[in-house]
Amino acid sequence: MTSRHLLIVFVVLLGLGPLVLPEFYITLLNYIGLYALVALGLVLLTGVGGLTSFGQAAFVGLGAYATAALTTATDLPAWLLPLANPWGGLLAGLLVTAAVALLLGVLTLRLSGHYLPLGTIAWGISLYFLFGNLQFLGGHTGISGIPTLSIAGIELRDGRHYYYLIWAVLLAAVWLTHNLLDSRAGRAIRALKGGVVMAEAMGVDTARTKTIIFLIAALFACLSGWLYAHLQRFVNPTPFGLHIGIEYLFMAVIGGAAYVWGALVGAALITVLKQWLQDLLPQLFGATGNFEVIAFGLLMIVVLHRARDGLWPWLVRWLPEKSALAERHRDAPPLPRRPVPAVGSPLLEVKDAIKQFGGLVANDHMSLHVNAGEILALIGPNGAGKSTFFNLVTGVNPPTAGEVRFMGERVDGHTSRMIARMGMSRTFQHVRLLAGMTVLENVALGAHMRGKHGVPAAMLHLEREEEHCLLAEAARHCQRVGLGEHLQDAAGSLPLGKQRIVEIARALAADPCLLLLDEPAAGLRFMEKQALAELLKQLRAEGMGILLVEHDMEFVMDLADRVVVMEFGKKIAEGLPHAVQSDPAVIEAYLGGVE
Amino acid sequence: MDLQIALLLAQDGIVNGAIYALLALALVLVFAVTRVIFIPQGEFVAYGALTLASFQIGQTPGTLWLLMVLGVAVAALDAPALWRQGCRAGPKIYGLIGRQIAYPLVIAALVLGAQPKEWPMLLQVLLALAVVVPLGPQLYRVAYQPIAEAPVLILLIVSVALHLALVGLGLLFFGAEGSRTPAFSDASLEVGGLTISGQSLWVVGASLVLIVALYVFFERSLYGKALRATAINRAGARLMGISTTLAGKLSFLLAAAIGALSGILIAPLTTIYYDTGFLVGLKGFVGAIVGGLASYPVAAAGALLVGLLEAFSSFHASAFKEVIVFTLIIPVLVWRSLTTRHVEEEE
Repeated sequence: MTSRHLLIVFVVLLGLGPLVLPEFYITLLNYIGLYALVALGLVLLTGVGGLTSFGQAAFVGLGAYATAALTTATDLPAWLLPLANPWGGLLAGLLVTAAVALLLGVLTLRLSGHYLPLGTIAWGISLYFLFGNLQFLGGHTGISGIPTLSIAGIELRDGRHYYYLIWAVLLAAVWLTHNLLDSRAGRAIRALKGGVVMAEAMGVDTARTKTIIFLIAALFACLSGWLYAHLQRFVNPTPFGLHIGIEYLFMAVIGGAAYVWGALVGAALITVLKQWLQDLLPQLFGATGNFEVIAFGLLMIVVLHRARDGLWPWLVRWLPEKSALAERHRDAPPLPRRPVPAVGSPLLEVKDAIKQFGGLVANDHMSLHVNAGEILALIGPNGAGKSTFFNLVTGVNPPTAGEVRFMGERVDGHTSRMIARMGMSRTFQHVRLLAGMTVLENVALGAHMRGKHGVPAAMLHLEREEEHCLLAEAARHCQRVGLGEHLQDAAGSLPLGKQRIVEIARALAADPCLLLLDEPAAGLRFMEKQALAELLKQLRAEGMGILLVEHDMEFVMDLADRVVVMEFGKKIAEGLPHAVQSDPAVIEAYLGGVE
Repeated sequence: MDLQIALLLAQDGIVNGAIYALLALALVLVFAVTRVIFIPQGEFVAYGALTLASFQIGQTPGTLWLLMVLGVAVAALDAPALWRQGCRAGPKIYGLIGRQIAYPLVIAALVLGAQPKEWPMLLQVLLALAVVVPLGPQLYRVAYQPIAEAPVLILLIVSVALHLALVGLGLLFFGAEGSRTPAFSDASLEVGGLTISGQSLWVVGASLVLIVALYVFFERSLYGKALRATAINRAGARLMGISTTLAGKLSFLLAAAIGALSGILIAPLTTIYYDTGFLVGLKGFVGAIVGGLASYPVAAAGALLVGLLEAFSSFHASAFKEVIVFTLIIPVLVWRSLTTRHVEEEE
């Protein structure tokens, strides 16, 4: 029995439910479905993307109120009349939700992580009071008399009818989300957790990606609200308040925020628990009130202390093993490559670059150039400013003054994503891989810029051809750097030296013409170092330019065509490896002067 | 709207703004030192006010039981580590038991045996603070300290969970009815035809005194400097022998004290319900966000602005005053997102 069989059994059981279950359980399952749809959006946003929102209930409210207002209004202006039905209500709700989500996203997503949740708290409260105080939305009493839905001529009259619609929508949403995560766009979303600098260096537009997942989460919530309004046929502000928004987040986190099925588990658990506690606690305490929040709050704290990944990974242990990923991509055709610059032509030219942090001059009038088909080593004692120089060249921290040219074009002031697109790839001194993703997926992230298909195609898996090409390309680079046997291993499970090699494969997958390597040989054993040196020599022979920061002198001196030595942010020597080695200034920098 | 009304509204706004400013300062302090966005700050406002109100009507506040339960919990969490240290930890164990077991028992004996209903108001206030303020460091120990190094997002979700639990407990302890306490003084001041109530002066005066006291604490005292050092660089502070755990507890102690005192100050001006604190705290938050969760003076100024905006919008569009106040953060966020160049923090 495989996971697929289990899924079929689950769907069949769901389908049989209304035929055997009493009304009470149908209602409960309907609510679980509606809540799980919202929680699913939060899985994408919080568990996968590392952002969060406490305002999802307000988006549910937008969906519910949009259709409620349009289908019950009696004196609509003529231009709105075509929308005065449930489908028009759905469209209007989705549009309004998209507009609000985009606005909130643009406002908060460029700021550090906690501004989005804080913004959504404020937004959740505002919308709640707005619903309660706008007379045309019925104020605190709400809107009643919302019509039922009719689909293909069949009127959905009671909970049993809605049951099928709700669960079909939910399963479709699960399918779409699942597809999305298993794609180029999905890798970009998962890269958000690896930090903005890494994701941007791979060519991922992080601001746009964050906005997109926030938008998807909001639209799922809106859809849930639309279903809710037609199921209940009545709306008032209560279910759209901030506390319900918080409950949605709890569902996602307790179920397992990083897993699509976690949303379902969490929604089911919280809904059933709430039902039970709402009966039990008031009796226990001898007073009426929403005492279940005490239990939810405490449960949540315990889960975050003890099992931050939620219940799903714990449940999965009882499920059959996933069958190994089929290598569908093996025969995919290679991706087109960018034209290779002629050997000897200038790739990178830096002139008098200065980088200041306040009063500290980290790079002082640095100049160097790298040509196609050569290896330039940048060496110097710790703290000499080599990593600052890397950041300055790659656009992470633009220079305070001076000029950086890449492929003949001025790039100082360009973002790191633009520079990466022009064909400059890098590795990081402190390895920045996505530890939970496989080696193959990590390397495929490097090929991000070589694909085109976006989120809609990914959700429907219409981009499989391109995806296979990307994975095939990634697999080829893994083979080339000697990671062939680790394709399906989690990147975090490899030893540090191998993780550095994964970074090199990832950089190569972008098809660069200039490669920037930050201490690639650190942590490698002798044989591995030799293999790495061979690889770099091969790449040089193919016409690639390589800028190398490294402390291992033997490695550098055997490999580099030229060497630049830095100390205290300045270039103190430049030349052929052996000339530099006997330079008195360099010897003084490394070994200290003769007193 | 004539000048008279404008002045009245301004007075209202300044009084509320002073409270929001205090809360904003506490929020900035807690965030800077521990990276916790302290959503439950508002619950301390409600707990402070309602605990005082309970004393005044001769009831035993539920916060007392919370103090005892959390004391036992903290003792149970801390004892094993001390136990393993063996005899060297002797004085520490006595300190732990003294703070977490004996102290709550003494307070309970006072509340249950000494009829605080008959006490003068000042003593009632002190007793209410004695019950509520220790909850701050206790909650830090139980809810935050085990995951002190977690990402900001996780800490924020814990804050929200704690807020929810504390609101539920507030309902359990104090019921759904609100309370209002008598004013600290019945005196009022006549300035140019405008009556200023004694309580307003109390609120503004106490806020100013607290702000000055905080300033002195941070600039002049060793503990204050330790907190500032922790806020600037946790690892560096630890290398200098500053315990980040102690810094966390201390900042929560200050935040709880500020919250409870704010609640006690505004309880005579407005009816406090078990869930009032949340909105009050959030308005302090809007002020803190104006200050970018980093700058104390800007946060205080932002909070004052929130108070004034609230007062004037309650006159013009009272149904929408919350909407207007919380929408204030939008232009602030626009401005911040246009002026901040995102630099990644290495977590």
